[in-house]
Amino acid sequence: MTHKTITVGGLSRVEGEGALLVRARDGRIEDLELRIYEPPRFFEALLRGRSYTEPPDITARICGICPVAYQMSACQAIEAACGVEVTGPLRDLRLLLYYGEWIESHTLHVYLLHAPDFLGYDSGIAMAADHRDLIQQGLALKKAGNDLVAAIGGRPIHPVNVRVGGFYRVPSRRELAPAAERLRRAREIALRTVSWVAGFDFPDVEHGYRFLALRHPGEYAILSGALITSDGGSFGVREWPEHVIEEQVPHSTALHARLDGSPGYLVGPMARYSLNSAQLSPLAREAAAAAGLGPACRNPFLSIVVRAVEIVHACDEALRIIDDLAEPDAPYVPVEPRAATGHGASEAPRGTLYHRYRIDADGLIGEADIVPPTSQNQARIEADLRHLIEPRLDLPEEELATLCERAIRNHDPCISCSAHFLHLHVDSR
Amino acid sequence: MSTRDDIVVIGLGGDGRGDDAAGLEVVRRLRGRLSSSVVIVESAGDPAQLVEAWTGARLAVVIDAVSSGAAPGTVHRRTGVEGGPSWHGSSHSFGLADAVDLGRVLGRMPAQLVVIGVEGGDFTIGAPITPPVLSAIDALVRELEERFRQDSP
Repeated sequence: MTHKTITVGGLSRVEGEGALLVRARDGRIEDLELRIYEPPRFFEALLRGRSYTEPPDITARICGICPVAYQMSACQAIEAACGVEVTGPLRDLRLLLYYGEWIESHTLHVYLLHAPDFLGYDSGIAMAADHRDLIQQGLALKKAGNDLVAAIGGRPIHPVNVRVGGFYRVPSRRELAPAAERLRRAREIALRTVSWVAGFDFPDVEHGYRFLALRHPGEYAILSGALITSDGGSFGVREWPEHVIEEQVPHSTALHARLDGSPGYLVGPMARYSLNSAQLSPLAREAAAAAGLGPACRNPFLSIVVRAVEIVHACDEALRIIDDLAEPDAPYVPVEPRAATGHGASEAPRGTLYHRYRIDADGLIGEADIVPPTSQNQARIEADLRHLIEPRLDLPEEELATLCERAIRNHDPCISCSAHFLHLHVDSR
Repeated sequence: MSTRDDIVVIGLGGDGRGDDAAGLEVVRRLRGRLSSSVVIVESAGDPAQLVEAWTGARLAVVIDAVSSGAAPGTVHRRTGVEGGPSWHGSSHSFGLADAVDLGRVLGRMPAQLVVIGVEGGDFTIGAPITPPVLSAIDALVRELEERFRQDSP
Protein backbone atom coordinates (compact mmCIF):
# COMPACT_ATOMS: atom_id res chain seq x y z
CA MET A 1 0.00 0.00 0.00
CA THR A 2 1.43 3.40 -0.90
CA HIS A 3 0.51 6.71 0.62
CA LYS A 4 1.24 10.06 -0.83
CA THR A 5 0.59 13.45 0.73
CA ILE A 6 1.13 16.62 -1.22
CA THR A 7 0.91 19.85 0.65
CA VAL A 8 1.14 23.04 -1.34
CA GLY A 9 1.75 25.64 1.31
CA GLY A 10 2.14 29.25 0.17
CA LEU A 11 0.96 29.03 -3.38
CA SER A 12 2.86 31.57 -5.42
CA ARG A 13 1.54 33.90 -8.07
CA VAL A 14 -2.00 34.03 -6.78
CA GLU A 15 -3.53 37.00 -4.98
CA GLY A 16 -3.42 36.28 -1.27
CA GLU A 17 -2.52 33.27 0.81
CA GLY A 18 -3.79 29.73 1.06
CA ALA A 19 -2.73 26.08 0.93
CA LEU A 20 -3.50 22.84 -0.81
CA LEU A 21 -3.49 19.42 0.80
CA VAL A 22 -3.78 16.22 -1.24
CA ARG A 23 -3.82 12.74 0.34
CA ALA A 24 -3.59 9.75 -1.96
CA ARG A 25 -3.51 6.01 -1.32
CA ASP A 26 -2.95 3.24 -3.91
CA GLY A 27 -3.23 5.63 -6.82
CA ARG A 28 -6.51 7.18 -5.69
CA ILE A 29 -7.09 10.56 -4.12
CA GLU A 30 -8.72 10.23 -0.73
CA ASP A 31 -8.70 13.86 0.27
CA LEU A 32 -8.17 17.08 -1.60
CA GLU A 33 -8.60 20.37 0.18
CA LEU A 34 -7.88 23.85 -1.02
CA ARG A 35 -7.35 25.62 2.28
CA ILE A 36 -8.12 29.26 2.59
CA TYR A 37 -7.36 31.46 5.60
CA GLU A 38 -8.40 34.95 6.66
CA PRO A 39 -12.04 35.63 7.44
CA PRO A 40 -13.65 37.84 4.77
CA ARG A 41 -17.02 37.80 6.48
CA PHE A 42 -15.73 40.46 8.79
CA PHE A 43 -16.65 42.99 6.15
CA GLU A 44 -20.27 41.90 6.22
CA ALA A 45 -20.32 42.38 9.98
CA LEU A 46 -18.54 45.71 9.59
CA LEU A 47 -21.30 46.98 7.29
CA ARG A 48 -24.15 46.37 9.73
CA GLY A 49 -25.39 49.62 11.24
CA ARG A 50 -23.53 51.75 8.67
CA SER A 51 -25.24 54.14 6.26
CA TYR A 52 -26.51 52.89 2.88
CA THR A 53 -24.07 55.30 1.24
CA GLU A 54 -20.99 53.57 2.69
CA PRO A 55 -20.73 50.08 1.10
CA PRO A 56 -19.08 51.26 -2.14
CA ASP A 57 -16.15 52.67 -0.13
CA ILE A 58 -15.98 50.00 2.55
CA THR A 59 -16.24 46.98 0.26
CA ALA A 60 -13.73 48.45 -2.22
CA ARG A 61 -11.14 47.80 0.48
CA ILE A 62 -11.71 44.03 0.40
CA CYS A 63 -9.51 43.72 -2.68
CA GLY A 64 -6.61 45.82 -3.97
CA ILE A 65 -6.96 44.24 -7.42
CA CYS A 66 -10.67 44.60 -8.08
CA PRO A 67 -12.08 47.45 -5.96
CA VAL A 68 -14.23 48.68 -8.86
CA ALA A 69 -16.08 45.36 -9.02
CA TYR A 70 -16.97 45.70 -5.33
CA GLN A 71 -18.10 49.29 -5.83
CA MET A 72 -20.27 48.43 -8.82
CA SER A 73 -22.01 45.44 -7.24
CA ALA A 74 -22.52 47.42 -4.01
CA CYS A 75 -23.94 50.50 -5.76
CA GLN A 76 -26.34 48.46 -7.85
CA ALA A 77 -27.59 46.45 -4.86
CA ILE A 78 -28.31 49.62 -2.88
CA GLU A 79 -29.87 51.39 -5.85
CA ALA A 80 -32.10 48.34 -6.41
CA ALA A 81 -33.22 48.50 -2.78
CA CYS A 82 -34.03 52.20 -3.21
CA GLY A 83 -35.83 51.70 -6.52
CA VAL A 84 -33.28 53.59 -8.64
CA GLU A 85 -31.60 52.50 -11.85
CA VAL A 86 -28.57 54.36 -13.15
CA THR A 87 -28.72 54.63 -16.95
CA GLY A 88 -27.36 56.65 -19.88
CA PRO A 89 -24.00 58.43 -19.68
CA LEU A 90 -23.56 57.62 -15.97
CA ARG A 91 -23.90 53.92 -16.73
CA ASP A 92 -21.44 54.37 -19.61
CA LEU A 93 -18.93 55.94 -17.22
CA ARG A 94 -19.36 53.00 -14.85
CA LEU A 95 -18.66 50.63 -17.72
CA LEU A 96 -15.59 52.62 -18.64
CA LEU A 97 -14.24 52.47 -15.10
CA TYR A 98 -14.93 48.74 -14.98
CA TYR A 99 -13.14 48.11 -18.31
CA GLY A 100 -10.11 49.90 -16.84
CA GLU A 101 -10.09 47.43 -13.97
CA TRP A 102 -10.46 44.45 -16.31
CA ILE A 103 -7.46 45.66 -18.34
CA GLU A 104 -5.32 46.11 -15.20
CA SER A 105 -6.28 42.85 -13.54
CA HIS A 106 -6.20 40.60 -16.63
CA THR A 107 -2.89 42.07 -17.85
CA LEU A 108 -1.24 41.47 -14.49
CA HIS A 109 -2.39 37.85 -14.56
CA VAL A 110 -1.56 37.17 -18.21
CA TYR A 111 1.94 38.69 -18.19
CA LEU A 112 3.33 38.36 -14.68
CA LEU A 113 1.42 35.47 -13.11
CA HIS A 114 0.25 33.05 -15.79
CA ALA A 115 2.64 33.33 -18.78
CA PRO A 116 5.66 32.15 -16.70
CA ASP A 117 3.90 28.77 -16.37
CA PHE A 118 3.93 28.30 -20.12
CA LEU A 119 7.43 29.62 -20.72
CA GLY A 120 9.01 27.61 -17.92
CA TYR A 121 9.84 30.31 -15.39
CA ASP A 122 9.35 30.32 -11.63
CA SER A 123 8.16 33.90 -11.63
CA GLY A 124 7.29 36.87 -13.77
CA ILE A 125 10.55 38.47 -12.69
CA ALA A 126 12.65 35.52 -13.85
CA MET A 127 10.75 35.69 -17.12
CA ALA A 128 11.34 39.45 -17.38
CA ALA A 129 15.10 38.90 -17.35
CA ASP A 130 14.86 36.97 -20.64
CA HIS A 131 11.86 38.76 -22.15
CA ARG A 132 12.32 42.41 -21.27
CA ASP A 133 10.45 43.80 -24.25
CA LEU A 134 7.47 41.54 -23.65
CA ILE A 135 7.19 42.54 -20.01
CA GLN A 136 7.61 46.22 -20.90
CA GLN A 137 4.76 45.76 -23.36
CA GLY A 138 2.64 44.17 -20.60
CA LEU A 139 3.39 47.05 -18.24
CA ALA A 140 2.33 49.57 -20.90
CA LEU A 141 -0.93 47.67 -21.43
CA LYS A 142 -1.61 47.53 -17.72
CA LYS A 143 -0.85 51.24 -17.38
CA ALA A 144 -3.63 52.01 -19.87
CA GLY A 145 -6.04 50.31 -17.46
CA ASN A 146 -4.58 52.14 -14.44
CA ASP A 147 -4.90 55.47 -16.23
CA LEU A 148 -8.53 54.83 -17.12
CA VAL A 149 -9.37 53.90 -13.52
CA ALA A 150 -7.53 56.98 -12.25
CA ALA A 151 -9.21 59.29 -14.79
CA ILE A 152 -12.70 58.23 -13.72
CA GLY A 153 -12.20 56.85 -10.23
CA GLY A 154 -10.01 59.68 -9.00
CA ARG A 155 -7.06 57.45 -8.14
CA PRO A 156 -5.71 54.10 -9.32
CA ILE A 157 -6.33 52.11 -6.14
CA HIS A 158 -9.48 52.22 -4.06
CA PRO A 159 -11.18 54.75 -6.37
CA VAL A 160 -12.79 57.54 -4.35
CA ASN A 161 -15.01 59.11 -6.98
CA VAL A 162 -17.73 56.43 -6.94
CA ARG A 163 -20.94 57.00 -5.00
CA VAL A 164 -24.38 55.45 -4.81
CA GLY A 165 -26.26 56.94 -7.79
CA GLY A 166 -23.17 57.71 -9.88
CA PHE A 167 -20.05 59.79 -9.21
CA TYR A 168 -19.00 62.73 -7.08
CA ARG A 169 -17.55 64.40 -10.15
CA VAL A 170 -17.71 63.48 -13.81
CA PRO A 171 -14.56 63.81 -15.93
CA SER A 172 -14.83 65.97 -19.04
CA ARG A 173 -14.18 64.55 -22.49
CA ARG A 174 -10.96 66.54 -22.52
CA GLU A 175 -9.82 64.94 -19.28
CA LEU A 176 -10.42 61.52 -20.80
CA ALA A 177 -8.41 62.30 -23.95
CA PRO A 178 -4.99 61.16 -22.64
CA ALA A 179 -6.50 57.89 -21.36
CA ALA A 180 -8.12 57.38 -24.78
CA GLU A 181 -4.82 57.97 -26.55
CA ARG A 182 -3.15 55.36 -24.37
CA LEU A 183 -6.06 52.96 -24.95
CA ARG A 184 -5.57 53.15 -28.71
CA ARG A 185 -2.00 51.93 -28.30
CA ALA A 186 -3.15 49.44 -25.66
CA ARG A 187 -5.64 47.90 -28.07
CA GLU A 188 -2.80 47.15 -30.49
CA ILE A 189 -0.77 45.59 -27.69
CA ALA A 190 -3.81 43.58 -26.60
CA LEU A 191 -4.16 42.14 -30.11
CA ARG A 192 -0.47 41.17 -30.12
CA THR A 193 -0.97 39.64 -26.66
CA VAL A 194 -3.69 37.33 -27.98
CA SER A 195 -1.42 36.10 -30.80
CA TRP A 196 1.47 35.65 -28.37
CA VAL A 197 -0.39 33.57 -25.76
CA ALA A 198 -2.26 31.58 -28.42
CA GLY A 199 1.13 30.19 -29.46
CA PHE A 200 1.80 28.58 -26.06
CA ASP A 201 1.82 24.83 -25.61
CA PHE A 202 -1.42 23.85 -23.86
CA PRO A 203 -2.00 20.59 -21.99
CA ASP A 204 -4.79 18.66 -23.68
CA VAL A 205 -7.39 18.79 -20.91
CA GLU A 206 -11.11 19.47 -21.00
CA HIS A 207 -13.52 19.56 -18.10
CA GLY A 208 -17.30 19.26 -18.20
CA TYR A 209 -17.77 22.66 -16.61
CA ARG A 210 -21.11 24.00 -15.51
CA PHE A 211 -20.78 27.73 -16.16
CA LEU A 212 -22.55 30.65 -14.50
CA ALA A 213 -22.30 34.25 -15.73
CA LEU A 214 -24.37 37.35 -16.25
CA ARG A 215 -25.97 37.95 -19.62
CA HIS A 216 -27.06 41.36 -20.81
CA PRO A 217 -29.29 41.84 -23.87
CA GLY A 218 -27.12 44.62 -25.33
CA GLU A 219 -23.53 43.85 -24.38
CA TYR A 220 -20.97 41.24 -23.30
CA ALA A 221 -22.16 41.41 -19.70
CA ILE A 222 -19.86 43.08 -17.22
CA LEU A 223 -21.87 45.62 -15.24
CA SER A 224 -25.32 44.04 -15.04
CA GLY A 225 -27.69 41.49 -16.51
CA ALA A 226 -29.48 38.29 -15.52
CA LEU A 227 -27.74 35.09 -14.50
CA ILE A 228 -27.56 32.23 -16.98
CA THR A 229 -26.02 28.78 -16.73
CA SER A 230 -24.56 26.49 -19.36
CA ASP A 231 -27.27 23.90 -18.69
CA GLY A 232 -30.02 26.27 -19.75
CA GLY A 233 -30.94 27.84 -16.41
CA SER A 234 -31.59 31.52 -15.95
CA PHE A 235 -32.65 33.73 -13.07
CA GLY A 236 -32.74 37.37 -12.09
CA VAL A 237 -30.16 38.88 -9.73
CA ARG A 238 -32.85 39.27 -7.02
CA GLU A 239 -33.46 35.51 -7.14
CA TRP A 240 -29.79 34.79 -6.37
CA PRO A 241 -30.42 33.64 -2.76
CA GLU A 242 -32.86 30.97 -3.99
CA HIS A 243 -30.27 29.53 -6.38
CA VAL A 244 -26.87 30.03 -4.79
CA ILE A 245 -26.42 28.68 -1.29
CA GLU A 246 -23.14 29.06 0.57
CA GLU A 247 -22.01 26.56 3.14
CA GLN A 248 -19.16 26.33 5.59
CA VAL A 249 -16.54 23.65 4.95
CA PRO A 250 -14.16 22.76 7.76
CA HIS A 251 -10.89 23.28 5.86
CA SER A 252 -11.53 26.82 4.66
CA THR A 253 -12.54 30.18 6.07
CA ALA A 254 -14.17 30.96 2.71
CA LEU A 255 -17.64 29.54 2.19
CA HIS A 256 -18.29 27.03 -0.59
CA ALA A 257 -21.19 27.84 -2.92
CA ARG A 258 -23.77 25.47 -4.41
CA LEU A 259 -25.78 26.35 -7.50
CA ASP A 260 -29.27 24.84 -7.47
CA GLY A 261 -28.09 22.19 -5.04
CA SER A 262 -24.87 21.14 -6.80
CA PRO A 263 -21.37 22.28 -5.92
CA GLY A 264 -18.59 22.81 -8.41
CA TYR A 265 -19.84 25.35 -10.93
CA LEU A 266 -17.49 27.87 -12.52
CA VAL A 267 -17.63 31.65 -12.86
CA GLY A 268 -15.03 33.87 -14.55
CA PRO A 269 -13.58 34.50 -18.01
CA MET A 270 -14.17 30.95 -19.33
CA ALA A 271 -17.80 31.05 -18.16
CA ARG A 272 -18.38 34.49 -19.65
CA TYR A 273 -16.71 33.57 -22.90
CA SER A 274 -18.49 30.25 -23.25
CA LEU A 275 -21.91 31.75 -22.55
CA ASN A 276 -21.58 35.13 -24.27
CA SER A 277 -18.75 35.03 -26.84
CA ALA A 278 -21.16 36.07 -29.63
CA GLN A 279 -21.50 39.46 -27.87
CA LEU A 280 -17.78 40.33 -27.85
CA SER A 281 -16.77 43.30 -29.98
CA PRO A 282 -16.11 42.34 -33.63
CA LEU A 283 -12.37 42.93 -33.13
CA ALA A 284 -12.28 40.70 -30.05
CA ARG A 285 -14.27 38.01 -31.88
CA GLU A 286 -11.80 38.13 -34.76
CA ALA A 287 -8.88 37.85 -32.35
CA ALA A 288 -10.51 34.87 -30.63
CA ALA A 289 -11.12 33.12 -33.93
CA ALA A 290 -7.56 33.76 -35.10
CA ALA A 291 -6.31 32.36 -31.80
CA GLY A 292 -8.22 29.15 -32.46
CA LEU A 293 -10.81 29.56 -29.70
CA GLY A 294 -14.19 28.06 -30.56
CA PRO A 295 -17.45 29.57 -29.29
CA ALA A 296 -16.83 27.95 -25.87
CA CYS A 297 -13.71 27.08 -23.88
CA ARG A 298 -13.45 24.10 -21.52
CA ASN A 299 -9.67 23.76 -21.25
CA PRO A 300 -8.70 25.76 -18.16
CA PHE A 301 -5.13 26.23 -19.45
CA LEU A 302 -6.61 28.21 -22.36
CA SER A 303 -8.07 30.72 -19.91
CA ILE A 304 -4.98 32.87 -20.58
CA VAL A 305 -6.14 33.25 -24.20
CA VAL A 306 -9.67 34.06 -23.06
CA ARG A 307 -8.33 36.76 -20.71
CA ALA A 308 -6.27 38.24 -23.54
CA VAL A 309 -9.38 38.31 -25.76
CA GLU A 310 -11.30 40.03 -22.95
CA ILE A 311 -8.55 42.68 -22.76
CA VAL A 312 -9.04 43.39 -26.48
CA HIS A 313 -12.79 43.66 -25.88
CA ALA A 314 -12.27 45.99 -22.89
CA CYS A 315 -9.93 48.32 -24.84
CA ASP A 316 -12.23 48.30 -27.85
CA GLU A 317 -15.43 48.96 -25.91
CA ALA A 318 -13.80 51.59 -23.71
CA LEU A 319 -12.71 53.49 -26.81
CA ARG A 320 -16.19 53.21 -28.33
CA ILE A 321 -17.73 54.58 -25.12
CA ILE A 322 -15.29 57.50 -24.94
CA ASP A 323 -15.97 58.38 -28.58
CA ASP A 324 -19.75 58.40 -28.04
CA LEU A 325 -19.82 59.74 -24.50
CA ALA A 326 -22.49 62.34 -23.78
CA GLU A 327 -22.20 64.72 -20.85
CA PRO A 328 -24.56 63.59 -18.07
CA ASP A 329 -27.01 66.20 -16.68
CA ALA A 330 -25.64 65.65 -13.18
CA PRO A 331 -22.79 63.53 -11.79
CA TYR A 332 -25.28 61.33 -9.92
CA VAL A 333 -28.96 60.61 -9.58
CA PRO A 334 -30.41 61.11 -6.08
CA VAL A 335 -30.96 57.88 -4.18
CA GLU A 336 -33.31 58.15 -1.17
CA PRO A 337 -33.36 55.31 1.34
CA ARG A 338 -36.40 53.16 2.00
CA ALA A 339 -36.89 49.96 3.97
CA ALA A 340 -36.07 47.26 1.44
CA THR A 341 -33.60 44.60 0.37
CA GLY A 342 -31.57 45.08 -2.80
CA HIS A 343 -29.46 42.70 -4.87
CA GLY A 344 -26.61 43.59 -7.23
CA ALA A 345 -24.25 41.51 -9.36
CA SER A 346 -21.51 42.35 -11.82
CA GLU A 347 -18.69 40.51 -13.55
CA ALA A 348 -15.48 41.09 -11.61
CA PRO A 349 -12.34 40.11 -13.58
CA ARG A 350 -12.48 36.72 -11.81
CA GLY A 351 -16.23 36.19 -12.17
CA THR A 352 -19.66 37.04 -10.86
CA LEU A 353 -19.63 39.14 -7.68
CA TYR A 354 -22.95 39.34 -5.82
CA HIS A 355 -23.96 41.80 -3.08
CA ARG A 356 -27.18 42.01 -1.07
CA TYR A 357 -28.14 44.69 1.46
CA ARG A 358 -31.15 45.06 3.69
CA ILE A 359 -31.62 48.68 4.70
CA ASP A 360 -34.20 50.38 6.91
CA ALA A 361 -36.23 53.54 6.23
CA ASP A 362 -33.40 55.68 7.69
CA GLY A 363 -30.87 54.10 5.36
CA LEU A 364 -29.07 52.02 7.97
CA ILE A 365 -27.82 48.60 6.88
CA GLY A 366 -29.41 45.73 8.79
CA GLU A 367 -27.80 42.91 6.85
CA ALA A 368 -25.14 42.50 4.15
CA ASP A 369 -24.15 39.49 2.09
CA ILE A 370 -21.20 39.34 -0.34
CA VAL A 371 -20.46 36.34 -2.55
CA PRO A 372 -17.08 36.75 -4.30
CA PRO A 373 -16.07 34.76 -7.39
CA THR A 374 -13.25 32.79 -5.81
CA SER A 375 -15.39 31.22 -3.12
CA GLN A 376 -17.83 30.16 -5.83
CA ASN A 377 -14.99 28.59 -7.82
CA GLN A 378 -13.23 26.91 -4.92
CA ALA A 379 -15.06 23.56 -5.15
CA ARG A 380 -14.60 23.56 -8.93
CA ILE A 381 -10.88 24.25 -8.61
CA GLU A 382 -10.67 21.25 -6.26
CA ALA A 383 -12.47 19.14 -8.90
CA ASP A 384 -10.04 20.35 -11.61
CA LEU A 385 -7.13 19.30 -9.41
CA ARG A 386 -8.64 15.90 -8.69
CA HIS A 387 -9.19 15.14 -12.39
CA LEU A 388 -5.81 16.45 -13.39
CA ILE A 389 -3.59 14.74 -10.84
CA GLU A 390 -5.29 11.42 -10.08
CA PRO A 391 -4.06 9.86 -13.37
CA ARG A 392 -0.62 11.41 -12.77
CA LEU A 393 0.08 10.43 -9.17
CA ASP A 394 3.21 8.57 -10.33
CA LEU A 395 4.89 11.79 -11.42
CA PRO A 396 7.75 13.04 -9.25
CA GLU A 397 6.33 15.09 -6.42
CA GLU A 398 7.93 18.33 -7.49
CA GLU A 399 6.38 18.01 -10.92
CA LEU A 400 3.03 17.15 -9.39
CA ALA A 401 3.14 20.13 -7.06
CA THR A 402 3.99 22.42 -9.99
CA LEU A 403 1.06 21.01 -11.93
CA CYS A 404 -1.25 21.64 -8.96
CA GLU A 405 -0.11 25.24 -8.76
CA ARG A 406 -0.67 25.69 -12.47
CA ALA A 407 -4.15 24.20 -12.26
CA ILE A 408 -5.03 26.62 -9.48
CA ARG A 409 -3.52 29.62 -11.27
CA ASN A 410 -5.61 28.84 -14.36
CA HIS A 411 -8.52 30.29 -12.41
CA ASP A 412 -6.64 33.36 -11.11
CA PRO A 413 -8.05 32.88 -7.64
CA CYS A 414 -8.22 36.04 -5.63
CA ILE A 415 -8.00 34.79 -2.14
CA SER A 416 -7.79 38.34 -0.84
CA CYS A 417 -11.43 38.60 -1.84
CA SER A 418 -12.72 35.23 -0.73
CA ALA A 419 -10.11 35.01 2.02
CA HIS A 420 -6.29 34.75 1.73
CA PHE A 421 -3.99 32.21 -0.08
CA LEU A 422 -1.42 29.34 -0.22
CA HIS A 423 2.12 27.55 1.17
CA LEU A 424 3.87 24.53 -0.87
CA HIS A 425 5.40 21.60 0.85
CA VAL A 426 5.58 18.11 -0.59
CA ASP A 427 5.54 15.14 1.68
CA SER A 428 5.11 11.51 0.69
CA ARG A 429 5.31 8.14 2.32
CA MET B 1 6.48 57.67 -15.77
CA SER B 2 8.62 60.26 -14.03
CA THR B 3 11.28 62.40 -15.58
CA ARG B 4 14.91 62.20 -14.53
CA ASP B 5 14.56 65.10 -12.11
CA ASP B 6 11.51 63.87 -10.29
CA ILE B 7 11.14 62.78 -6.74
CA VAL B 8 8.44 60.21 -6.10
CA VAL B 9 6.91 59.62 -2.69
CA ILE B 10 5.00 56.35 -2.58
CA GLY B 11 2.65 55.27 0.19
CA LEU B 12 2.16 51.52 0.26
CA GLY B 13 -0.61 49.78 2.14
CA GLY B 14 -4.17 48.66 2.53
CA ASP B 15 -7.16 50.53 3.89
CA GLY B 16 -9.39 49.07 6.53
CA ARG B 17 -6.77 46.84 8.10
CA GLY B 18 -5.57 48.92 11.00
CA ASP B 19 -1.94 50.05 10.83
CA ASP B 20 -1.57 48.54 7.36
CA ALA B 21 -2.72 51.92 6.03
CA ALA B 22 0.21 53.85 7.60
CA GLY B 23 2.04 54.45 4.30
CA LEU B 24 -1.15 55.49 2.51
CA GLU B 25 -2.05 57.84 5.32
CA VAL B 26 1.33 59.59 5.18
CA VAL B 27 1.10 60.37 1.46
CA ARG B 28 -2.57 61.35 1.65
CA ARG B 29 -1.68 63.94 4.27
CA LEU B 30 1.20 65.17 2.11
CA ARG B 31 -1.01 65.89 -0.91
CA GLY B 32 -0.94 69.55 -1.85
CA ARG B 33 1.83 70.27 0.63
CA LEU B 34 4.92 69.36 -1.39
CA SER B 35 6.82 70.99 -4.22
CA SER B 36 5.15 70.50 -7.60
CA SER B 37 8.07 68.41 -8.82
CA VAL B 38 7.33 65.74 -6.20
CA VAL B 39 4.99 63.03 -7.47
CA ILE B 40 2.78 61.39 -4.84
CA VAL B 41 1.59 57.83 -5.42
CA GLU B 42 -0.68 55.50 -3.44
CA SER B 43 -0.15 51.81 -3.98
CA ALA B 44 -1.60 48.52 -2.73
CA GLY B 45 1.76 46.89 -3.49
CA ASP B 46 1.29 45.91 -7.14
CA PRO B 47 4.92 45.56 -8.37
CA ALA B 48 4.03 46.70 -11.89
CA GLN B 49 2.54 49.91 -10.55
CA LEU B 50 5.55 50.55 -8.28
CA VAL B 51 8.01 50.09 -11.14
CA GLU B 52 5.90 52.37 -13.32
CA ALA B 53 5.80 54.99 -10.57
CA TRP B 54 9.53 55.20 -9.86
CA THR B 55 10.98 54.62 -13.33
CA GLY B 56 13.35 57.46 -14.13
CA ALA B 57 13.01 59.21 -10.79
CA ARG B 58 16.15 60.55 -9.15
CA LEU B 59 14.75 59.63 -5.75
CA ALA B 60 11.90 57.36 -4.69
CA VAL B 61 10.75 57.30 -1.07
CA VAL B 62 8.51 54.36 -0.20
CA ILE B 63 6.60 54.40 3.09
CA ASP B 64 5.08 51.13 4.27
CA ALA B 65 3.84 49.42 7.40
CA VAL B 66 6.18 46.74 8.78
CA SER B 67 5.90 43.98 11.32
CA SER B 68 9.30 43.08 12.73
CA GLY B 69 8.51 42.73 16.42
CA ALA B 70 9.70 46.23 17.37
CA ALA B 71 7.47 48.57 19.37
CA PRO B 72 4.49 49.89 17.36
CA GLY B 73 5.29 53.29 15.89
CA THR B 74 9.02 52.54 15.52
CA VAL B 75 10.32 53.96 12.25
CA HIS B 76 12.81 51.86 10.24
CA ARG B 77 14.83 53.21 7.30
CA ARG B 78 16.73 51.56 4.48
CA THR B 79 18.59 53.30 1.69
CA GLY B 80 20.02 52.18 -1.63
CA VAL B 81 18.93 49.83 -4.34
CA GLU B 82 22.08 47.75 -4.68
CA GLY B 83 23.49 45.13 -2.39
CA GLY B 84 20.25 43.26 -1.80
CA PRO B 85 18.89 44.96 1.28
CA SER B 86 16.42 42.86 3.20
CA TRP B 87 12.93 43.95 2.30
CA HIS B 88 11.27 41.32 4.43
CA GLY B 89 9.33 42.61 7.35
CA SER B 90 7.42 45.09 5.23
CA SER B 91 3.78 44.12 5.40
CA HIS B 92 3.77 44.35 1.61
CA SER B 93 7.26 42.91 1.33
CA PHE B 94 6.14 40.59 -1.42
CA GLY B 95 5.04 43.50 -3.59
CA LEU B 96 7.98 45.76 -2.74
CA ALA B 97 10.61 43.03 -3.02
CA ASP B 98 9.13 41.97 -6.34
CA ALA B 99 9.02 45.55 -7.53
CA VAL B 100 12.73 45.99 -6.70
CA ASP B 101 13.59 42.75 -8.52
CA LEU B 102 11.41 43.65 -11.50
CA GLY B 103 12.82 47.17 -11.64
CA ARG B 104 16.37 45.83 -11.62
CA VAL B 105 15.69 43.26 -14.33
CA LEU B 106 14.06 45.87 -16.55
CA GLY B 107 16.60 48.59 -15.76
CA ARG B 108 13.81 50.68 -14.31
CA MET B 109 14.98 51.59 -10.81
CA PRO B 110 15.12 55.10 -9.40
CA ALA B 111 18.62 56.51 -8.99
CA GLN B 112 18.07 56.30 -5.25
CA LEU B 113 15.51 54.36 -3.22
CA VAL B 114 14.67 55.04 0.41
CA VAL B 115 12.28 52.72 2.23
CA ILE B 116 10.68 53.98 5.42
CA GLY B 117 8.92 51.31 7.48
CA VAL B 118 6.45 52.15 10.21
CA GLU B 119 6.10 49.35 12.74
CA GLY B 120 2.44 48.44 13.04
CA GLY B 121 0.71 47.08 16.12
CA ASP B 122 -2.72 46.04 14.85
CA PHE B 123 -3.50 44.73 11.35
CA THR B 124 -7.02 43.50 12.12
CA ILE B 125 -9.66 44.07 9.44
CA GLY B 126 -11.78 47.08 10.34
CA ALA B 127 -9.43 48.27 13.09
CA PRO B 128 -8.44 51.94 13.19
CA ILE B 129 -4.80 53.06 12.99
CA THR B 130 -3.35 52.78 16.51
CA PRO B 131 -2.16 55.86 18.49
CA PRO B 132 1.61 55.10 18.35
CA VAL B 133 1.39 54.65 14.59
CA LEU B 134 -0.61 57.86 14.25
CA SER B 135 2.18 59.68 16.11
CA ALA B 136 4.77 58.17 13.77
CA ILE B 137 2.64 59.23 10.77
CA ASP B 138 2.49 62.80 12.12
CA ALA B 139 6.26 62.90 12.55
CA LEU B 140 6.90 61.49 9.07
CA VAL B 141 4.52 63.95 7.45
CA ARG B 142 6.34 66.82 9.16
CA GLU B 143 9.74 65.43 8.17
CA LEU B 144 8.84 64.78 4.52
CA GLU B 145 7.04 68.10 4.16
CA GLU B 146 10.08 69.88 5.50
CA ARG B 147 12.39 67.92 3.22
CA PHE B 148 10.41 68.19 0.00
CA ARG B 149 8.79 71.59 0.32
CA GLN B 150 11.71 72.95 -1.68
CA ASP B 151 12.64 71.63 -5.09
CA SER B 152 15.62 69.66 -3.86
CA PRO B 153 15.87 67.35 -0.87
